[in-house]
Amino acid sequence: MIRSEILKEIAPILKDQLIVCNIGIPSQELHAIMDQPSNFYMLGTMGLSSSIGLGVALAQDKTVISIDGDGSVLTNLGTLPTIGNNCPDNYILIIIDNGSYGSTGDQPTYTGRKTDLAGMARAAGCDNVVEVQDVDTGPALQAAIDARHGTVMIVKCDSGNAKMPVITMDPVIIKDRFMKAVAG
Amino acid sequence: MNLDKKITDDLVANDVSFVTTVPCKQLAGVIEEIDQRKEIFHIPSNKEDEGMGLCAGAFMGGKRSAIIMQNTAIGVTINTLATLTQFYRMPLPMIISYRGELREPVACQVEMAVHTKALLAQMHIPTYHFHWQKDVEEFDNILKYTFMCNKPVAILTDANFWGGYGDQ
Repeated sequence: MIRSEILKEIAPILKDQLIVCNIGIPSQELHAIMDQPSNFYMLGTMGLSSSIGLGVALAQDKTVISIDGDGSVLTNLGTLPTIGNNCPDNYILIIIDNGSYGSTGDQPTYTGRKTDLAGMARAAGCDNVVEVQDVDTGPALQAAIDARHGTVMIVKCDSGNAKMPVITMDPVIIKDRFMKAVAG
Repeated sequence: MNLDKKITDDLVANDVSFVTTVPCKQLAGVIEEIDQRKEIFHIPSNKEDEGMGLCAGAFMGGKRSAIIMQNTAIGVTINTLATLTQFYRMPLPMIISYRGELREPVACQVEMAVHTKALLAQMHIPTYHFHWQKDVEEFDNILKYTFMCNKPVAILTDANFWGGYGDQ
């Protein structure tokens, strides 16, 4: 499975959840598959989906799901110890690990070679690290939400992008409707 | 005047309850003070742009946030300031140690100092320079201004403000 197929499959689970989604094609795919006010689309700032989501989770009680990528997490590796040492029960980080930089043309990342993100997350202090294959994402995500236990999920899948239109929504609109969903 | 206490008191009075920091010799006292206040959640960051991500999230989660960092960080956070904090119009007080100004003993620090204000001006970031201890009296107004206009605002605090470096 490629990322967009996983997103389509977990869309019913993501409904009405607070989602922070990684820059580029992941946000475009999520937007096309299931736009909702509680989605925060990153239009820039590679690497910070996990940090923004953690910040939202630490500031309030609702479950927050960050959808990130392996290349993006590698850009901001310091995020893993920060999560490991401060992870609240309402935070789930999904790292879609397709071993490539999807938004720039699927150049390989190091996780497609020797680097093991699950091992890095565990070593960074993340208590609840789950590594799953693409087809098992839905049940694993639902279990993480139900458990109400801070979770880092690494989802191994194939590289590849669906062709989706760019997001033309104004960033302030994205922020405002997301904040209303957080407060609602 | 206890600057660390004054700065922290003003943050609390303005309902800033989420602060991220990277280590800094000059700002160590403020960081320690913030860490002790129950009104403020303190989360150390590994890198300043990571901290700005945390602050953006906390703000959207309903908490007023602030970042404490060094002026060298301006060099590594330009993209985050432009494409996250400014693009989505989020308020962010940035309490910045301004190394490389008067009373600086380390020559290398001057290299970034000479670029700091120009970069902030280029980014259209409102900037305040605390040189004398009495300048801290403006801090409360600066915080109110920041949350009024939803912008990142820089407060540069130089060595003179902090009392120099002791034996120089």
